[in-house]
Amino acid sequence: MSTHRLANGGLIDRAQPLSFSFDGQAYAGFAGDTLASALIANGVNLIGRSFKYHRPRGILTAGSEEPNALVELRTGARREPNTRATTAELYDGLVAASQNRWPSLQYDIGAVNDWLARFLPAGFYYKTFMWPAKFWEAVYEPLIRHAAGLGRAAGAEDPDHYEKAFAHCDVLVIGAGPAGLMAALAAGRAGARVILADEDFRLGGRLLADRYEIDGKRGLDWVAQAETELASLPDVRVMRRTAVTSVFDHGQYTAVERVNDHVSVPPEHEPRQRLWKIVAKRAVLAAGAHERMVAFGNNDRPGVMLASAARAYVNRYAATPGRRIAVFTNNDDGWRTAADAHAAGIEIAAVIDSRAEPPGEFRALGIKAITGAHVSHVHGRLGVDAIDVVENRRAIKVECDALAVSGGWNPAVHLTCHLGGKPVWTEEIAAFTPGTLPPGMHVAGAANGALTLAECLTGGMAAGAMAAVECGYPMASISLPRASDEPAAIAPLWHVKESRAKAFVDFQNDVTVKDIALADREGFSAVEHLKRYTTLGMATDQGKIANVSGLAILAEFSGRNIPEVGTTTYRPPYVPVSFGVMAGHHRGRDFRPIRLTPSHQWAEEQGAVLSARWREGLARNGQP
Amino acid sequence: MRIPCPFCGPRGNDEFTYLGDAIVQRPDPAAPEAMQAFHDYVYLRENPSGLHQELWFHGSGCRSWLVVTRNTRTHEISEVKFAGRRGEA
Repeated sequence: MSTHRLANGGLIDRAQPLSFSFDGQAYAGFAGDTLASALIANGVNLIGRSFKYHRPRGILTAGSEEPNALVELRTGARREPNTRATTAELYDGLVAASQNRWPSLQYDIGAVNDWLARFLPAGFYYKTFMWPAKFWEAVYEPLIRHAAGLGRAAGAEDPDHYEKAFAHCDVLVIGAGPAGLMAALAAGRAGARVILADEDFRLGGRLLADRYEIDGKRGLDWVAQAETELASLPDVRVMRRTAVTSVFDHGQYTAVERVNDHVSVPPEHEPRQRLWKIVAKRAVLAAGAHERMVAFGNNDRPGVMLASAARAYVNRYAATPGRRIAVFTNNDDGWRTAADAHAAGIEIAAVIDSRAEPPGEFRALGIKAITGAHVSHVHGRLGVDAIDVVENRRAIKVECDALAVSGGWNPAVHLTCHLGGKPVWTEEIAAFTPGTLPPGMHVAGAANGALTLAECLTGGMAAGAMAAVECGYPMASISLPRASDEPAAIAPLWHVKESRAKAFVDFQNDVTVKDIALADREGFSAVEHLKRYTTLGMATDQGKIANVSGLAILAEFSGRNIPEVGTTTYRPPYVPVSFGVMAGHHRGRDFRPIRLTPSHQWAEEQGAVLSARWREGLARNGQP
Repeated sequence: MRIPCPFCGPRGNDEFTYLGDAIVQRPDPAAPEAMQAFHDYVYLRENPSGLHQELWFHGSGCRSWLVVTRNTRTHEISEVKFAGRRGEA
């Protein structure tokens, strides 16, 4: 039994054990695990090294927004760098390796950058690498090239193939959480041709990771029932492992289906991935929300994790990030993590709530609460040993081996912005919500800022029914399932002022609160300038965790409010897309069609030199 | 982007080839200021922010030349007509 696997529960198939290796060490997991959950179940917290300071990093999230846990997946020509362990499905014989470290993950020479940090502030390369000019080619460029990048590309031709496909529908539902399932059911029952796409390998969204009840049943049972009904509707197509990545004009959407990323070698004649161009009359965006971090000292230590992720690992994967967990929250949702971990028999060191009045409904659990307090520091280097909690300017030390942090939720507004829409600040949930929508798009659920389950179900049903009606189908009669309006109050907290150590905002590009302050002092206080000066949000996670926090901190430093600061532009793709799937079959010999002239054979017989594309005879016997 | 071809129905833009501005008229070569008129015809284009008429060729479909009225700010297509029948009512 793995050290951090809970004895029961979880959506894993304990009858199907799988073996895998990470950095040469063999481990065991189960079918239904991701690489991240299997590593957590085995007590492995240290997954990688950060980009700039080479700081030890662990798993922060449980989804595609992961900035830290990037690994090299598979070996040889199939090696794929910078793969998020949180979305890599576990299979038997999976081989993964950490990256951006030398000589080993535990002892990394590059970590010297962490000590030299005072000489490497934001934008140091704009100041340092300017002179003397002749140093550029000889010294600076090779230096930068050596330091750049994280994982190594395979360096050999990809043996797998990728393909492109088209699909047409009336209503495209993006995301299969409670809102998406409800929208698909509402549109499907009306008779519309529906495509329901979700990036996960299992439908349900947050219902898989939470213990909500719908119609008095477990949320999971409701998902199973919805799945069965969707399968019975002839014009509904459910696409799992399919991430809708971009929105284009006139109802065109691009999606990437990871057909065979969950096996080591794709079956014969099957592609590894498929690029879908979906044409839809209407779309319902139900992409959910991303939890955000709070910036405090050493908030990047392995073992510090988002509260929603900790809850997902405990509930969905029956894997605990620690034996004694502390929770730091500024909203009611963080308490849910404490309650769920407590129910799973995990010791809760304390819940540190930045608000003076925590929600009453959790009081009965008997969990130690420290209210009106902040976490200012994390002790430990390759893991969490303890945390410093500041309460009334008095610091107390709390022993724990994992810390779950909730800074509130950011609706996943990305796809609403691909055609130029700007999100708007909504004070009640302290987050950006969709502004002007692309023509034909509806938004439902958490992506629309409706964070409670009841709101998700209502919003999903309304959006799905509306989309079907707009496509000319009758209004379907559909009963709304009952669910609770759980508390979702929040008091914004972006960073903890008492922090002394580095407090990270962007984990993948190593941008700290200090860097944002420096950018503001040096005049880069427009949000687009801040982004380029500090590289905030410019990593492969495109700032899903970092951006909103970063601009909120900038707003504070520059004495403006958040809507005044505004957001940077959300650009496609929503998740990283491999070059292989963009190229599809157009590579090698098939990069361009070879066209032959009628005289081709004759020219060849004459020993003609043939030009690359048209293959017409250019010369004969070397003579033009 | 999708163009509603009056013959084939709405199709993806990869079926079409863009030619350019549909407004320019070939000047009369016999006219007195023909050189200047031809210079303007070849080189000068409006760059409107808003409605714009442009020629598209539906090469992978019905092989018709079309005049597409498109809003350059929103990409919204408000009208598509056959180019060959422009003179007809």
